[in-house]
Amino acid sequence: MTSFCLEVAGDYACFTRPEMKVERVSYDVITPSAARSIFEAILWKPAIRWEVKRIEVLKPIRWISVRRNEISSKLSVRNAQAAMGAGKGNLGLYIEEERQQRASLLLRDVAYRLHADLVPVGNDALSNPAKYRDMFQRRAEKGQCVNQPYLGCREFASRFRLVSDIDLEASPLNESRDLGWMLYDMDFEHPDDPKPRFFRAQIENGIIDLSKAQVTG
Amino acid sequence: MSLTNRYDFVLVFDVRDGNPNGDPDAGNMPRLDAESGHGLVTDVSLKRKVRNFIGMMKGETPPFDIYVKEKAVLNQAHEKAYVAIGAEDELKGDAKKRKGSGETVDKARQWMCKNFFDVRTFGAVMSLGVNCGQVRGPVQLTFARSVDPIIAQEHSITRMAVATEAEAEKQQGDNRTMGRKHTVPYGIYVAHGFVSSFLAKQTGFGEEDLELLWQALENMFEHDRSAARGEMSTRGLYVFKHDSELGNAHAHALFDRIQIARKDGVDVARSFKDYEVTVDDTGLPPGVALIKRA
Repeated sequence: MTSFCLEVAGDYACFTRPEMKVERVSYDVITPSAARSIFEAILWKPAIRWEVKRIEVLKPIRWISVRRNEISSKLSVRNAQAAMGAGKGNLGLYIEEERQQRASLLLRDVAYRLHADLVPVGNDALSNPAKYRDMFQRRAEKGQCVNQPYLGCREFASRFRLVSDIDLEASPLNESRDLGWMLYDMDFEHPDDPKPRFFRAQIENGIIDLSKAQVTG
Repeated sequence: MSLTNRYDFVLVFDVRDGNPNGDPDAGNMPRLDAESGHGLVTDVSLKRKVRNFIGMMKGETPPFDIYVKEKAVLNQAHEKAYVAIGAEDELKGDAKKRKGSGETVDKARQWMCKNFFDVRTFGAVMSLGVNCGQVRGPVQLTFARSVDPIIAQEHSITRMAVATEAEAEKQQGDNRTMGRKHTVPYGIYVAHGFVSSFLAKQTGFGEEDLELLWQALENMFEHDRSAARGEMSTRGLYVFKHDSELGNAHAHALFDRIQIARKDGVDVARSFKDYEVTVDDTGLPPGVALIKRA
């Protein structure tokens, strides 16, 4: 098992609170699940798992509100299947008829240092952990990724940088506060019905220590 | 042909005496970052224009049909012949047995990707509850932001007519109404974008689609003229092509090579000539090529 640290930053971010997802409101900071997916955007194989251990908040928490025209419906599988069978049909969706204006309360100008462990779970990774470690190291250093990592939503692309020596880095935000209950991650044990898991998020001097977090379903 | 390279791109466009993207929260004023005064154009606004351009160019026919349509652009919702791709056995057979199972959704998803340009480019969410009922598109776009703070102007305009008879009576035959229009005198905006070849493989987004995407980004404003928009045009499309699928360099480091600044001595910018775009294409990281599209 190896630990890695990534510094991620972006102009905007939206880590949507599940209780307010119609008009999206972001959590105050990145969730462990969003942090995990940033690591996964750089390297993931079925043989490994990422465990986010620590989140350091580097910039003050600031907000911006953006209202956008969105659509209210999803693509219909049944209509698609009907057209597949018939070879013709009218599948399009007219935004004028299915429009919703939704506001999002986004974070702006964010930066975090994310610490995560690369945990081998598959046979290959267990017998050959160095391979995966080197692969991640190489990709993160060179800026390689499977898709550009993002901060909650895909339109909020993230810059990332591998932090090799934490002692050379600036200290996190000098702030402590209780953020209340936050999404920890989805539990995909039953993939058809993933269950959310939550934890009590505390920033202590800019650091959220997840190794101490009590995670409950 | 499927993609074998990663691409990161910078889109530069400008607006003159128009409203590039209205803010529904502010009475359709141009979107503004209230703290810094910079103008914003949302990712979805730009995607709308890409869809409209492709829809117009390809006549909304498979395999370049557009799923999310705008009536104003095309009102030709005719019957379309979709290529049935081995769908029949799937629909008969044991489809009923595992209704809504991953496999049938997967078939429908592949089929939608095949027929709809916007589904395979930007992705879509399908309505069945299974976790995999969504398509992640290879193309990712960010908000566009203006290089300098913008000024939004409000103009009052008059109309020499009224909409209803009641209104006419109230005005005793004067028949005039006032309206409002918001413009940005001049603004130059920059958006960033990313194309993942891994996600492209999942949706079948190929080289031809990519070429179409570039064309759309270059030309989309030319076909989006309206009273509200003023004069908008693409001023630059800088595509960083990576040798490898994973990429050969950090995207943000590449983006920093495109710098846009007001020229010396220009206090108030009112045209593209007042700006200087510097493109640093010297010593690009190995395996990265810069393609200047526009």
